[in-house]
Amino acid sequence: PQGVRTEGAIAGAPLVLRILAECPVSKARACDMTLPHCTVNTPVFMPVGTQGTMKGVTAEQLENLGCQICLGNTYHLGMRPGPELIEKAKGLHGFMNWRRSLLTDSGGFQMVSLVELSQVTEEGVKFRSPYDNKEILLSPEQSIAIQNSLGSDIMMQLDDVVSSTVTGPRVEEAMRRSIRWLDRCIAANRNPESQNLFAIIQGGLNSELRHICLEEMTKRDVPGFAIGGLSGGEEKDDFWKMVTLSTDHLPREKPRYLMGVGYAVDLVVCVALGCDMFDCVFPTRTARFGSALVPWGSLQLKHKQYAKDFQPIDPECTCPTCRRHSRAYLHALLKCDTAALHHITIHNISYQLSLMQSVRQSIIDGCFPQFVRAFMDRMFPSREQYPRWAVDALASVGITLN
Amino acid sequence: MKLELRGLAPGTRLGVLAGLGRSGTRAMEVPGCLLYTHCGSVPHLTHDTLDALGRLPAVTQLPLATVAEHQEVLEAFREGAAKLAGLHDTVLFCSLQDPAAPCPAGYNTSKSVSLWSAAGRIELTVPKYVAMQAAVRPDWYQSLADGDAQPAGSSLKRVRRSVERTLTHLDECVLLHQKTAELVGAELFGVVEGADVREERVRSARETAKRPVGGFVLDGFQSGVMDQALRAQLIAAVTAELPRDKPRLVLGVGRPDQVLSCVEGGVDLFEGFFPFVATERGCALCFRFAMEPDPESAVQEQNGVTEDGGSSRTEDPEHQDLQQMTRFEMNLNDRRYRDDLRPLVVGCGCYCCRNHSRAYLHHLLVTKELLAGVLLMLHNVSHYSSFFSSVREALATDRLETLKSVVLGV
Repeated sequence: PQGVRTEGAIAGAPLVLRILAECPVSKARACDMTLPHCTVNTPVFMPVGTQGTMKGVTAEQLENLGCQICLGNTYHLGMRPGPELIEKAKGLHGFMNWRRSLLTDSGGFQMVSLVELSQVTEEGVKFRSPYDNKEILLSPEQSIAIQNSLGSDIMMQLDDVVSSTVTGPRVEEAMRRSIRWLDRCIAANRNPESQNLFAIIQGGLNSELRHICLEEMTKRDVPGFAIGGLSGGEEKDDFWKMVTLSTDHLPREKPRYLMGVGYAVDLVVCVALGCDMFDCVFPTRTARFGSALVPWGSLQLKHKQYAKDFQPIDPECTCPTCRRHSRAYLHALLKCDTAALHHITIHNISYQLSLMQSVRQSIIDGCFPQFVRAFMDRMFPSREQYPRWAVDALASVGITLN
Repeated sequence: MKLELRGLAPGTRLGVLAGLGRSGTRAMEVPGCLLYTHCGSVPHLTHDTLDALGRLPAVTQLPLATVAEHQEVLEAFREGAAKLAGLHDTVLFCSLQDPAAPCPAGYNTSKSVSLWSAAGRIELTVPKYVAMQAAVRPDWYQSLADGDAQPAGSSLKRVRRSVERTLTHLDECVLLHQKTAELVGAELFGVVEGADVREERVRSARETAKRPVGGFVLDGFQSGVMDQALRAQLIAAVTAELPRDKPRLVLGVGRPDQVLSCVEGGVDLFEGFFPFVATERGCALCFRFAMEPDPESAVQEQNGVTEDGGSSRTEDPEHQDLQQMTRFEMNLNDRRYRDDLRPLVVGCGCYCCRNHSRAYLHHLLVTKELLAGVLLMLHNVSHYSSFFSSVREALATDRLETLKSVVLGV
């Protein structure tokens, strides 16, 4: 009943999705997604290894944590060290020595969020390299060319990214341009047999625009869809409504990737709303500030209260950090060596991956709604503190939190 | 603890320090280097990555300076620093200062020695020091010592004072050691001082040898502080005064050529900080230590092409401080490695060399990624550890001179 693990490309079908179970109450599903490098069990959280490294964690450690797919960033890697070198090193897999699956984003989001004075035209995004001040144009063709060199299992289209807090005609312009850029990306893909190109649904917080985008993009023959333009500071109430609207209109038999979502509550709710894949820098970034994620929130290990706390971060966690080290030791080590950051990064990745595994198993076992209730109960001290938006979102798919 | 030396040529020390640890079952080959840690962790490495190194030195070094600010925690924990750090199966040596950090001089008094920790200067009298060691619960520890008299510019009076104070501290340590429950079974090492004054060195050694210590720590010979020729002379003079059957550890000497010189002078143990300082400058150790000549690389060298692209300098300045790159390393920050897809050192079996390229390390350094430190540390500790195996092999087969030429690349 579990998906078969296959290494190596399947000719003509670089992505095969097998739906193992669907929650009879909500829109949650558990699937096996077979990609050229390996099969990925969903729902899945994908850690972000921006520059071809998962921060202080080695590829072997990441593999041992059970990670099947992680992210690399086209913008960063396209700048340094550049696609030519990576291609010479046998793709991003060869360069960072990761043998399981990789997803690369298009660079669109970074350019808009990281680069000053980027200018979007129909051609692409014009910006100045922060490294040598040269003017660069990132077009759909260029983004795909770089991603082809990186050799990722899943590539993202270049989309016209607009912040979710922006309103007015710019939102529609960006949505329509994203559709045109999708077509250009599809045309530019050198490796349709070994690399999967995902579309990204845009439209901001406007249902009408989202509808149009969904209708148009689902006409294209792409192996998967991402829900973009969210997770950027908008109200959670608007956020979940756009997510559920999108999954309502995306094909059942293709994976749904919700970009930039990573807090535990958001992950669980959005699985209920029908999403399969997630990514977020939060768990790995917050680790480097000494913050450890636990089922009941987070521990700020730099705080004095942990100086003499000799328990592990989570007594029930089986990650390498919790099996060997105490909060007190990590608190002390945080003052003196970077190894402390690596310990916490490993724990946080393990936390996220274990959470998704539990979610998946509960869907397969047919008890996802009970899982959600237990999860919320553990995470919040009382019912009154359950976030309103999460209660509403879950209720909308038949999961009541009584 | 028992030092079993092989009966080789006189002046050659090669053997095993057996009966180590509270269980008395661990053993360490000498000459050897200790596993250097900050607060009980090898810098940059978690236990899993440390495991990738394979056989580790049996003795781990914990500089007190890297754990001193946590005395209260250790006292609340009540099971010692090794346990707190998750080091389950090791012998712990607690030294005083961190060999990789600066130790400004001029703060020691007749009653106290200043320790330089991350939280600043900590002034330690002998009772305070012993209390700290009681909290750490080491298997070995050095006595409190006044290492302030730096050779350059120290008056004879100051040098004599440091020798006197160190002996006084030792005597007080011995007494307190015997009264401290947590230190039962721990070995106390006496510290030999004397700066660059031969007379004082000999006096310090003789006097220290009279005390009931388990071994000897040689201070004031640090790499940045004394030149090779003088160090060699003085170390020989010191070890001549020390009992054969007790181990001798020299502080602050890590460069391979200086290690070899100290081995010749009768030193058994070294602090393992050299791999760390190389890592911090983005450098990978690449010096040769294989005594069997590799025909291919011999030809390449003759043709002026060095396999590793390492420094073309044939000498390092004598008084080199820790920040400066030595001829024993390659600097991965250098643009020349940008598209070099070879491993750091061809033929090295460490995790980094088996899995990654120079180009990848260069990329990690350019992008200031944390993984650079992890991978470099793995390589550097592995390389250095293999070097020490080679030292022991050379002593066993009477080929130390050959090894010296190989290491120096002459």
